[in-house]
Amino acid sequence: MALLEVKNLGISFGGLRAVNAFDISIEKQELYGLIGPNGAGKTTVFNLLTGVYRPDSGKVLLDGEDITGKKTIDISKAGIARTFQNIRLFKQLSVLDNVKAGLHNKHHYPTVSGILRLPSYRKVEREMDEQAMELLKVFDLDQVAQVTASNLPYGQQRRLEIARALATEPKLLLLDEPAAGMNPNETGELMDMIRFVRDEFKMTILLIEHDMKLVSGICERLTVLNFGEVLSQGATSDVLNDPQVITAYLGE
Amino acid sequence: MEMSFISYLINGLSLGSVYAIIALGYTMVYGIAKMLNFAHGDVIMIGAYMALIAMSQAGLSPVIAVLIAIVVCTVLGVVIERVAYKPLRNAASSLSVLITAIGVSYLLQNIALLVFGSNAQTFPSVIKWTGITLAGGQISISGVTIVTIVVCLIIMAVLVAFVQKTKPGQAMRAVSEDKGAAQLMGINVNGTIALTFAIGSALAAVAGVLYCSAYPSVTPYTGAMPGIKAFVAAVFGGIGSIPGAFIGGLLLGIIEIFGRVYSSQLADALVFAVLIVVLLVKPTGLLGKKIQEKV
Amino acid sequence: MKKVMSKAMNKTTKNNLITYAIVIAAFVIMQTLIATGSVPSLIEGIMVPVCIYVIMAVSLNLVVGILGELSLGHAGFMCVGAFSSAFFSKCMKEVITVDALRFFLAMLIGIAVAAVFGILIGIPVLRLKGDYLAIVTLAFGEIIKNLVNVLFIGKDSNGFHFSMKDVMALDMEPDGTVIVNGPQGITGTPQDSTFLIGFIMILISLFVILNLINSRDGRAIMAIRDNRIAAESIGINITKYKLMAFTVSAALAGSAGVLYAHNLSTLTANTNNFGYNQSIMILVFVVLGGIGSIRGSVIAAVILTLLPELLRGMQDYRMLIYAIVLIAMMLFNWAPKAMEWRERHLRFGRKKEEAGE
Repeated sequence: MALLEVKNLGISFGGLRAVNAFDISIEKQELYGLIGPNGAGKTTVFNLLTGVYRPDSGKVLLDGEDITGKKTIDISKAGIARTFQNIRLFKQLSVLDNVKAGLHNKHHYPTVSGILRLPSYRKVEREMDEQAMELLKVFDLDQVAQVTASNLPYGQQRRLEIARALATEPKLLLLDEPAAGMNPNETGELMDMIRFVRDEFKMTILLIEHDMKLVSGICERLTVLNFGEVLSQGATSDVLNDPQVITAYLGE
Repeated sequence: MEMSFISYLINGLSLGSVYAIIALGYTMVYGIAKMLNFAHGDVIMIGAYMALIAMSQAGLSPVIAVLIAIVVCTVLGVVIERVAYKPLRNAASSLSVLITAIGVSYLLQNIALLVFGSNAQTFPSVIKWTGITLAGGQISISGVTIVTIVVCLIIMAVLVAFVQKTKPGQAMRAVSEDKGAAQLMGINVNGTIALTFAIGSALAAVAGVLYCSAYPSVTPYTGAMPGIKAFVAAVFGGIGSIPGAFIGGLLLGIIEIFGRVYSSQLADALVFAVLIVVLLVKPTGLLGKKIQEKV
Repeated sequence: MKKVMSKAMNKTTKNNLITYAIVIAAFVIMQTLIATGSVPSLIEGIMVPVCIYVIMAVSLNLVVGILGELSLGHAGFMCVGAFSSAFFSKCMKEVITVDALRFFLAMLIGIAVAAVFGILIGIPVLRLKGDYLAIVTLAFGEIIKNLVNVLFIGKDSNGFHFSMKDVMALDMEPDGTVIVNGPQGITGTPQDSTFLIGFIMILISLFVILNLINSRDGRAIMAIRDNRIAAESIGINITKYKLMAFTVSAALAGSAGVLYAHNLSTLTANTNNFGYNQSIMILVFVVLGGIGSIRGSVIAAVILTLLPELLRGMQDYRMLIYAIVLIAMMLFNWAPKAMEWRERHLRFGRKKEEAGE
């Protein structure tokens, strides 16, 4: 059974059908790409999957569980994590605290315990510190754990956002243009990292990207979106050679 | 009983007209600069003091006094925007400009306190006309009331025409929709925002004179409460909407006057309750439109 | 890795300890000066108000600095705490004769009632954002103040009587006494507040707030402040944590209200003590002390309350100066141009500091 199963998903804003009859099926541990021209509705699909918008048609199944129209917080708990096109970090928090915030629903102690500094506070906080540091190490951010997030250089901010998303221990990771604003060198490193995350965390990843080198380099399958509808779907090389896709991208 | 009902209603319309004029200034500034100009009420107070000085100390005629008040407030409004608000227009925290506006409000109040003292000063009547009586003398409508309502209607009509029909008015609508796009289309965004503050502050001067004519005294704190209530009116009618500010102002004035029949403390509570209910039930107000946050 | 972390722990702990140390040292010095009689009675008399303002500023900072929402109704919660506790104390004056116990219970009641109001007001208010939230908190604050002014409560052999009109409407037996008398408020509240109790309440407030900030819940609150959408995407319950910060803040403001009520023989609600002007005054303390800096709030509240008393001649200019400093600070701290300028000219200093960490 597929990890993510989306059938006939759609939403309208005013009179505009932003996404229509969107289907996708992603297998466990697959690296899947969602591409398409600007304004095709890719980020809207992410927003539908994560409950930012409520779809007006269709069904979303995550690991067999129906999460259609659920609230963002419940979808996070169900196991979808994401990054954002325009980076959204907790800017005034330290790098470590950004990841610890991501661990929020994985570790609990009562508020009173936190205020009175009871033993459960110390124990759980220590566990969170350790787990967060491990994660930061994977992303080569452990040396800057105490730096305020807004002071990180751009590339590190992108990596931190992925680390924070992974801290929620998701089943599915959504990356919204992870290579945006990166030079070819950084993009290369990012590709290695995404592959590493998939292998190391046994993660299923759906990513939106414009950088064709990255898409063809790491994605196993692709869906092309154009004017809110699926234009082409299948193995990466097949899709990229689809004449319809070439037309959509390059024009007539 | 019916007669007193009608005279309450007329008083309500009169107070509501003043709120409407202030609310027009609020709503335009909020619609275009996207900020709650907390100091707007204190510009009213400055306007009232200016008219007061012009009449009682310089002995000028009421018409000239009102013009002086308008000029001073217009300049004041533009200066405040330029010095205190403009630098914060693209600030990361939207709270910063609100706090600054609170600072400006304090500043104006305390300057007035130092210059004019804390004692209430009697405001001379600007409108000499005693008004009319109806129903065989059972209902009397004062001149101030009639003038206030008429002035409010004129202002509102002129503003709607200005915003709909003129070039600067169109620029205002464009800036309120999308500052960046307006800039790209060659609209002078800074100039348009300054113009909005100028108009809003000029209206505040008029409102100040009318308010103090109806309730004839001025203190440095005169403007604060009407200012906040006018904001309530603007929200009630739908922030950013000129007819909304007008309707909101009138309704709020009527609500307040009827509330005062029972108790003035409760009347104020009632006005604020209106704000809470509107924001919770229909945050866009009676005539406002909805905006969705982009992710 | 261990080293990096333990260093970080030490840094926050050290910071908090400094804050406690400042408060304790200030108290000890003041107490010594008072004991040796070297403090004018005027200053001695405002030590409880100083404590009240510190608690108000610190608790407001939890909402403004840590949660990132502007509340202009903080004095309303103080009002609720003041009236509920004064009501209790007056009713129990003859029943509980141990002053300390009665005051302790009054404190609990004031805090609890303010917390309940925090929840009741917070639920609707926190659905709003930014300017709207600020103006609605102002509205709630004013409504509380206004309602207290039309509240009449009396007690006779038949029990309690309420009215929103006047004393006559209470319709009491001849043996009845008026407890809450509308605009005249409550008179004859036992004056139990002392500098020592004020000091203890400051320490408790600091303890609650500083520990809350440095916990899982505090992290969630600050995450919401920094980016609500991202916080939601990692499964943080926005409503719950906003409400938590708001309620804790209200409860602490309630405790300040209890101190206030038991420091005066007559408690009334007027524009100056529980109106929005008071809320804004507290906001001035928070902003001048540094938004988000708890220690800054403490220091600003103490200095800005004491200064005008020490420099009597300055009284006329006090608010004027506050206003100018407030505007200047906002412009300097938040204007993009000013930030750029600081970045360019103060960069060297910042780099050095970071390297030193």
